[in-house]
Amino acid sequence: MNDNKTTDLACKELVEIITDYLEGTLPATDRVRFEAHIQTCPGCREYLEQMRTTIRVTGYLDVESLSPRTRDQLLRTFRRWKESSSRP
Amino acid sequence: MGFVVSIAVWASDGELIQRLRDGDEAAFVSLVNSYSAPLLRLAQAMVQSDAVAEEVVQETWLGVLTGIGRFEGRSSLKTWLFKILTNRAKTRLVRERRTIPVSTLELGDQADESAVDPGRFLPASHPQWPGHWASPPMPWSMGPEGIILDREAMAVLRCGLEALPRAQRMVVALRDVHGWPSAQVCAALDVSEANQRVLLHRGRSRLRAVLENYFDESDRENRKLDTGCNAPSIRGTTEQER
Repeated sequence: MNDNKTTDLACKELVEIITDYLEGTLPATDRVRFEAHIQTCPGCREYLEQMRTTIRVTGYLDVESLSPRTRDQLLRTFRRWKESSSRP
Repeated sequence: MGFVVSIAVWASDGELIQRLRDGDEAAFVSLVNSYSAPLLRLAQAMVQSDAVAEEVVQETWLGVLTGIGRFEGRSSLKTWLFKILTNRAKTRLVRERRTIPVSTLELGDQADESAVDPGRFLPASHPQWPGHWASPPMPWSMGPEGIILDREAMAVLRCGLEALPRAQRMVVALRDVHGWPSAQVCAALDVSEANQRVLLHRGRSRLRAVLENYFDESDRENRKLDTGCNAPSIRGTTEQER
């Protein structure tokens, strides 16, 4: 890899197509440019790493869900529904 | 309702629907367990208060019970659930005489939002390295495993997520917190693949910046012990967007 390839794609552009790269939707020619750039640019390599880390740790955020009270109400409703639509 | 091994994970839509029609309580509980969190997330983005959002989710489940007999399975169960929720939330908004904000999923007015502060790059006029890093990202003091265990970092990240503009928040939450594939997010939110990707990109980029900022500050030993959201809360953001 050489500097010509690196200059082919500016870091400023790379950070804008990084999601397309990670999603696998980047056209093949751009993917080649992206990967060539990453090879030679420590700043963008770090940036890519940080994006991956961000995505990964976001997956560990707690999931907010219904309050126990609402869930209990729902279950009671379900039982009533079952009785009222009661099969023979 | 307690913990029930999630049937929704392994049963096909067809099986679940049949079990629900048969009045199988475990099937219902499993569905509620699997889908209430993302439904709530979407409802919160649409209505004014968390309390109303919870009611909307509850109404959605009632809609499921009344509609399951007629559900033909032409869309997936998940898509159907989200349609019911969207309709209930809209009804609610109309009843409360609010404008319907759920063109929420438009890209908003930050059409040219940058992933990184443009000031961190060399100018386009730079003779040798136009558009390259002037101030490149510095390695963080811990990897993903460390961050996950760092309650403060996770609290900062949570605040960052809640502070995202509504449409970005919904997409990032469904994709990255709930782990949905993009096709399902697009179907549930009725947004194109391309727009979904733009929203995901902006949201993730902002969250990366939130973490970067956190690590910069903690490197400087500047970190505040109180991580209570400095960022605007969900409601705060929603208000600003109106």
